Amino acid sequence: MAAITAFGAYLPSRVVTNSELAARLDCEAGWILDVSGIEERRYAAPEDTVASMGVAAARQCLDHAGIKAADVGMILVSSGSSERRFPGPASAIAHALNLADNPGAVPAVDLPIASAGSLFGMAMAASLSAIHGNVLVIASEKMSPIAMREPMERGVAPLFGDGAGACLIGPTIDPGAGAAQILDFTLHSDGAFAEDLRLDFDAPLAMNGRSVILQASRKLPSAIGELLERNGRTAQSVKVFLMHQANQNLMDRVARALDVDGARFYSNIRRYGNTSSASMLIAASEWWRDPGPAAGDLICFAAFGAGFHWGALLVQESVR
Amino acid sequence: MDNRERILAIVRKVSNQTAAPDPDESLFDSGFLDSFALPDMVVELEREFGIKIPDSDLHPRKFESIAKIQSYIESRM
Repeated sequence: MAAITAFGAYLPSRVVTNSELAARLDCEAGWILDVSGIEERRYAAPEDTVASMGVAAARQCLDHAGIKAADVGMILVSSGSSERRFPGPASAIAHALNLADNPGAVPAVDLPIASAGSLFGMAMAASLSAIHGNVLVIASEKMSPIAMREPMERGVAPLFGDGAGACLIGPTIDPGAGAAQILDFTLHSDGAFAEDLRLDFDAPLAMNGRSVILQASRKLPSAIGELLERNGRTAQSVKVFLMHQANQNLMDRVARALDVDGARFYSNIRRYGNTSSASMLIAASEWWRDPGPAAGDLICFAAFGAGFHWGALLVQESVR
Repeated sequence: MDNRERILAIVRKVSNQTAAPDPDESLFDSGFLDSFALPDMVVELEREFGIKIPDSDLHPRKFESIAKIQSYIESRM
């Protein structure tokens, strides 16, 4: 189908601890850790934008891939925290990256899908790379101004952080070339629950946490199971699960539902919080660097978020 | 055990509490259920009553109280 060539990430330098937030939210720092698994998160500087963070992650990804920006044929940019209604950050990122010798030759598409947007972007890139060649998938989120919007809710504000991730997906030319082959994916959407997780204009983030967790705890194992069964694989044969980092308790629950050791679900939520659609690519970027895949390893991506949109994507590292 | 008693046993199991909530008392407001005990309870209800609850029915308000759970479960039996 297509192959993953490289990942990249950008995280702002400012660390915001639970103690700092607890003082503003009139709660205990330990309570935040207990209910979310989050110990600290990163907040972007005022001058950082969704686009500027996305550019930083994209540059690192291209550097890791060892290709020039001019070799990118398309970019897909996921963000649910864009600063304005339109245009989205995709065209600004494409312009900043100077993607093509011929300006305007590279289509730059926005995916305004919070949480699951990077997974949808990877799946779309897997299909579109046959037409456009190298497709750069970027997810960038500046959630802190949204999370800290008054009136702040202590069940919402501490959950989120800022950051960006990127992934380069290209057409499979040589299955033995060392890239991770995308085997299959499954994508789902159900607007019946659209009101349960939403961000209206100039309003605080609205989340029916009970509904989100109830649906996610069923739909994520179901999507992963559907994908694995279709490809004749088992959850136990997957080396690592790289999920949207929404909540540690949710990841543990998905692992139990699949009868898999929770240690196989890579987690960095303790350090970065929920960076919405960026989180899965940031996690992938970290895991790919250390320990990274061995030849033949199966890797399963999965995400669930506002919409509701959810799905899973299965990858296998090439056997060299 | 009647259906209400079977439901109450499940609520006590997933909440790790021995008290008995009033039939119309909110299980969320009274601390019997939180976001993560709720999916556990749904799994237990499906197992206990031999039913499959479709995702489209998984609205927390349907499982707000013992009485609402009983009404829903009996509609599926």
